[in-house]
Amino acid sequence: MPTTAELPVRARASAAPAPAPRVIRRRTHPMWFLLPAYALLVVFFVLPTLFNFVYAFTDWSGFKSAINPVGFDNFTSLASDGTLFRSLRITLIYAVLVAVFQNVFGFGLAVLLERDTLVNRIARTFFLVPVLMSALAVGYIFQALLKPAGALNGVFGIGYAWLGDTTWTLVVVALIHAWKWMGLSMLIYLAGLKTVPEDVMEAARIDGASRWRTFWTIRAPLLAPAVTFTVATALLGSMNGFDIVQATTGGGPARTTEILNIFIYRTFGQGLFAQATTMSLVLFLLVALLAFPVIYLLRKREEIL
Amino acid sequence: MSDHPLWRRLQPFAALLLVVGLIGAPLWLVIVTAGKSQGEAINPNFSLPTHWHLLDNVRQVWVDADVPAAFLGSMLIVAPTVVLVLLLGSMAAWVLARRTSRLMAVLYAVGISGIILPPAVVTVVLLLRQLGLAGTAIGMICVYLGIYLSTVIFFVTGFVRTIPESLEEAAQIDGAGPMLVFRRIVLPLLRPVLATATILICLYVWNDVFYAFFVVGGRLDTLPLNLFRVASAGLYLNNWHLIFAYVILMSLPLVVVFAVAQRKIISGITGGAVK
Repeated sequence: MPTTAELPVRARASAAPAPAPRVIRRRTHPMWFLLPAYALLVVFFVLPTLFNFVYAFTDWSGFKSAINPVGFDNFTSLASDGTLFRSLRITLIYAVLVAVFQNVFGFGLAVLLERDTLVNRIARTFFLVPVLMSALAVGYIFQALLKPAGALNGVFGIGYAWLGDTTWTLVVVALIHAWKWMGLSMLIYLAGLKTVPEDVMEAARIDGASRWRTFWTIRAPLLAPAVTFTVATALLGSMNGFDIVQATTGGGPARTTEILNIFIYRTFGQGLFAQATTMSLVLFLLVALLAFPVIYLLRKREEIL
Repeated sequence: MSDHPLWRRLQPFAALLLVVGLIGAPLWLVIVTAGKSQGEAINPNFSLPTHWHLLDNVRQVWVDADVPAAFLGSMLIVAPTVVLVLLLGSMAAWVLARRTSRLMAVLYAVGISGIILPPAVVTVVLLLRQLGLAGTAIGMICVYLGIYLSTVIFFVTGFVRTIPESLEEAAQIDGAGPMLVFRRIVLPLLRPVLATATILICLYVWNDVFYAFFVVGGRLDTLPLNLFRVASAGLYLNNWHLIFAYVILMSLPLVVVFAVAQRKIISGITGGAVK
């Protein structure tokens, strides 16, 4: 057995032939170390998710104790009154807007604050404050800023209802969401900018490339991993968003900012558990269907660049 | 981006202007509004209060909204969640990183799927009812564990793979069992990544209101749930001075943590993102 030669100490310690590596692994890194974590994962994450696939097809509600299967009734009723597709559309638009704003702001800030000066270090710290704050608190701050008789209109002397416009409020709320998380994107882009080796930059400079060209052809492509991470987290984070929308508009005006989680929260509060479960399943499928292609595409782009 | 002399001179001013406009203004609004009387705060604006009532407002929130109970509730949930998620997550991550087989790859994929997939918030309530854990701190902790174990497993497995195995082998040859190796060799080596994970999980759980609504809403108070109640209760509607006094009160612990561990937080947040 070749393994005996590799493990002289073990071989000498026991007279028996040395066990194969797989057996050693079993002894040194036992599977039961996985048990507590995976038991919790299965019971409190996987099982509720499987429940979603069952209870979305029942008439489970807060008004009666019996739960009966109803087939696709929840889906058809949600689809026929337009709620399903409207919530899906709003959630998707919201997620895309947040991903775009958050990355543009974060990238801009990273480029602006890249040099390691005292002013820049202080500025970076300030942009990190919203990341640490409760999203609920952020929502209330912007409600106070943006309400018709609020602080922003007071400065400009106008009375625009920033959070009461059926078309543009979704964009405003997405901007608030991006404001909260732009510090995080900034940090990740800053870390990405630092990974570009200095000698590559110098070589480009010696070859006579302009600063503009060096930036866009050398540094920006090397940021691909950072882009992957921030786009994916921003998309997923905002599809699963709740606090900021709830604290600023609560889904209004006229339910034009009602993303899926707001709908789930509202219907759950009304005791319509089956509808809430159905939307929860829709959210799960939406994220599952979108997340993997998005990450795959972004990774692919990383390889090409 | 540019080393142009003019830009070099202008950049600090541009940075300061952005900080003042984007971050300073909203924070200023919080502080001055929290210092105003009810009448002055009805329509929030950037002006200074005629008389500072900050301490009175904080005291009123503290007593009326029962902040100490909410603070205790938050601590009761955050502390065990963080300890357990780190311990159990890194135990699993260590074995996942060290053993290589198809089964382990599948288990790893299942283990980290929670980073991407949203938890089933409605049916988890049903499950907790069946288990007799509905509305309890234990139920809430279990739900958070189910959600955030994925994050810990992801971060720690990546980190363990960068640690050479020889350190463990030395101890194994001396006859140390897996428990001892994990506790005395592996866990101390994981300190940097555990610091990162601690910060992230604290941030998520301390500020979470969505999952808490479903699991413990109305049964147990946490700071964000309490803030939501204060802000939406008819009694407090548009009482911006009280809402913002509460926001200041609630953010203080995080600001203190941030001031102490700023460097750690920054390296922690960026650590996992860019290779």
